[in-house]
Amino acid sequence: MLDFLRQSWPWYVAGPLIGLTVPALLIVGNKALGISSSLRHICAACVPAGIPFLRYDWRAEAWNLWFVLGITLGGFVGYRVLGHPDAVAISAATVRDLRAQLHLTDFTGLLPRELFALDNLAHWRGWVFLELGGFLVGFGTRYAGGCTSGHAISGLANLQWVSLVAVVGFFAGGLLMTWFIYPLLF
Amino acid sequence: MKNLKYLVLGTLFGIILTKSEVISWFRIQEMFRFQSFHMYGVIGSAVVVGMLSVQLIKRYQLRTINGEEIRLADKQFSPGIWIGGLLFGLGWALTGACPGPMFAQLGSGVGAAAVLIVAALAGTWTYSALRERLP
Repeated sequence: MLDFLRQSWPWYVAGPLIGLTVPALLIVGNKALGISSSLRHICAACVPAGIPFLRYDWRAEAWNLWFVLGITLGGFVGYRVLGHPDAVAISAATVRDLRAQLHLTDFTGLLPRELFALDNLAHWRGWVFLELGGFLVGFGTRYAGGCTSGHAISGLANLQWVSLVAVVGFFAGGLLMTWFIYPLLF
Repeated sequence: MKNLKYLVLGTLFGIILTKSEVISWFRIQEMFRFQSFHMYGVIGSAVVVGMLSVQLIKRYQLRTINGEEIRLADKQFSPGIWIGGLLFGLGWALTGACPGPMFAQLGSGVGAAAVLIVAALAGTWTYSALRERLP
């Protein structure tokens, strides 16, 4: 059992477990799975600055912050306690493309150090991958009213066509970046 | 401690995200390049299991553990769904992270995740400030 927990989990184990989070949150407390709202709550709690969209009772949504704190703990347990392989076992084709197109050489860890090292913070790479990338995630998810958890998992599970529109947008943006903008960056 | 249950569920969720490697930038690149079924399998099976669960909850009018009626709010359409979705997608392919995985990455000890979270907060704040002037 412990050996199983230590290795990477296949999609058919992880996917259904992620799906079960939707009914678990509903049954435990009538909460809809959605993580990007936590970013709004943190803004409302820390820097409301008189902005109407940030003036609401964020404390009433504190469950979301506890959930996110849990995810952080889960990252620690899943990676540091249960162990991890040195490199994520992505397909040979992806490794080949990332070497050839993005000039990556280090495939260890969760993120490529060559793009996400903190030394890059003031370098154009840092600005694009860390600052701009993170900004787009925060801006876009709030503008779209949800992220992968709120729209792709929870919204689609509740047969919301609006969520399908959002998911098509997520993928369109991702493909645009990967296929058309990445080649311009490197 | 009524929020403890969300801490526990969040921890389990974070472990699943981490052990399935969906918090890895490499996996997201692999997905957008259509070079592996892994991410599609994770998201697809999560949606199917979530959908079946929600339909069962509705059909049998299941209640919460406190006996409340379970309610799921309908999502409203706005043009922002398209535009915001597209912008998020661009950021997703750059950072390889959505809001949940950023926190799991932070827990796993990735320093860059702290920067990503602060940048995402800046994005959320900027959207909040500009909201009334956006389409």
